[in-house]
Amino acid sequence: MSDERTAVTTDEDEALAVTDQEPRQSDPRVGDGPGISVAGPAQGSRDGAQQETVVFEASGVNVHYGTNLALKGVDIPIYRREITALIGPSGCGKSTFLRCLNRTNDLIPGAAVSGDLTFHGEDMYAPDIDAVDLRRRVGMVFQKPNPFPKSIRENLAFGMKVNGLKANDDAIERVLRRAALWDEVKDKLGDDAYALSGGQQQRLCIARAIAVEPEVILMDEPCSALDPISTLAIEDLMRELREQYTIVIVTHNMQQAARVSDRTAFFTVEQPGDGSRYGILAEHDHTEKMFRAPEDQRTQDYITGRFG
Amino acid sequence: MSTATPDAPAGLRTRRIRPLEQGTLLILGSAAALSVLITIGIVFTLVEEGWGFWSKASPVDFLTGRDWFPVSDEFGVLPLLSGSVMIALLAGIFAVPVGLGSAIYLSEYASPRARGLIKPVLELLAGMPTIVLGFFALDTINPVLQRLGLVDKNQIYSYLAAGLVVGLLIVPFIASLSEDALRAVPRSMREGAYGLGATRRVVATKIIVPAALSGIMASIVLALSRAVGETMAVTLAAGTQPNLTWNPFDQGQTITSVIVAVSKGEASRGTTIYQSIFAIGLVLFVVTLVINIIAVQIVRRFRTVYN
Repeated sequence: MSDERTAVTTDEDEALAVTDQEPRQSDPRVGDGPGISVAGPAQGSRDGAQQETVVFEASGVNVHYGTNLALKGVDIPIYRREITALIGPSGCGKSTFLRCLNRTNDLIPGAAVSGDLTFHGEDMYAPDIDAVDLRRRVGMVFQKPNPFPKSIRENLAFGMKVNGLKANDDAIERVLRRAALWDEVKDKLGDDAYALSGGQQQRLCIARAIAVEPEVILMDEPCSALDPISTLAIEDLMRELREQYTIVIVTHNMQQAARVSDRTAFFTVEQPGDGSRYGILAEHDHTEKMFRAPEDQRTQDYITGRFG
Repeated sequence: MSTATPDAPAGLRTRRIRPLEQGTLLILGSAAALSVLITIGIVFTLVEEGWGFWSKASPVDFLTGRDWFPVSDEFGVLPLLSGSVMIALLAGIFAVPVGLGSAIYLSEYASPRARGLIKPVLELLAGMPTIVLGFFALDTINPVLQRLGLVDKNQIYSYLAAGLVVGLLIVPFIASLSEDALRAVPRSMREGAYGLGATRRVVATKIIVPAALSGIMASIVLALSRAVGETMAVTLAAGTQPNLTWNPFDQGQTITSVIVAVSKGEASRGTTIYQSIFAIGLVLFVVTLVINIIAVQIVRRFRTVYN
């Protein structure tokens, strides 16, 4: 449904870039992050051609848990090197959809995905797709920081070794610098990861995801367990990472979606009245458009705080 | 202590004795105290009944003696202790890989269906009367070992046969306790590892097992302490003569099987041989105690904290 709109993105997007820039620069919080650029999402090195590349394409994606329909008929493209935010009320299936994108749902007994979901044009759920290889290219950061009960170094080295990468000191340093964590941990790489603060743990988890050199990073409410300062640090980091990675983030925090994302998808709950209850994708568009002039009444109601 | 409203009494000065509360505390407290008291009683009996033994056999000879021939007043505990340790080691060599393997399978690989089939069977094995296992060793395993040429044709007992069935006995302990430990590792840990492109094998062996290590080690140690104390199967299948050897194909007696043999025999109260079983019982108690203390230490030392 948004195909026509995305076809003319280039112009619209430049316009958006300008409008997007203003509030950001007057926002005093943004500069506080540890040495991160203050680039807003719509700035930076985006050239029209690159941004048009579709990484994931969902059409008619349904997810069942056992016999329960959890998510119905999702159609959405996810673009390369953009931040796509998935927002919506609890139970709307946004996390469920996110978990389809690297087949983390496979790990839940009874979960079944139907419809078409492609990654670079290839059917992700085809029988000959190797979920292990897929997850190497589509990394994930979870709601609660979940470092392994190992040292900081081992947390990073684990994924690198699994993927046949060298986990030497240089590589560890590079990854930690990338995740804006190096200065805080450089003297204690051998310490247990659980000795870090929650925000540091989450950045370690992001570093761990980056360490295996994925193309896409999925983030499932990565800041929900963090304090506001850690949250800003992670958001700054996301803007940095956007230069190189495609990011899909689930968030309950609409301000966060507005702050960091290029595009926003609004999921909501449908209750047809027969006792069933499932999530649908109501609308998706450029973030600016979604927050300024959504087309769907439900989006309007949600973002203005009338429900959810 | 200040009151919030000085002008009105709070009306809470009504503390009284609640008989039902007191009664419940008494009953529950007694239940908890009972096992402690009984343990103290057992230790007391072991020491008291065995007291006379130490005047007839020197503790040094007892602890370092290499021969156990009560008829000629030779009371060296080493062959019995080595027998018990031997059984526990053989049982462990069999049960640790099988038990841990089952635990990892059940926790990381098995479908709910397979799990529903295997768990009850394991529990059945745990509830198997040990005398049945003893006969199984005597009747089936040892003959097989004989046929394989491992055990001498004229030798109907062997450490190996007994050790294997004791191993069978402790497999469910290791499997069940280790599985609990593995399943207690949060799912987020698995998802984190899978999310990095790790295979199931790598997730299980490099992330989940290390994270559950304290529980796994504790399960193994506790199972070994159970093996050291195992009596019936060993009495039936290990042998009838104390034997200081490390040859698993040989036969021999353990502390427990000597205690059974003596107490079933005609040794009367007050004789040295009668008193000796309390002395070796004390040794067994100390060994088990030490193993349990080790288990507690392991749990403490290796406990992993995830949030």
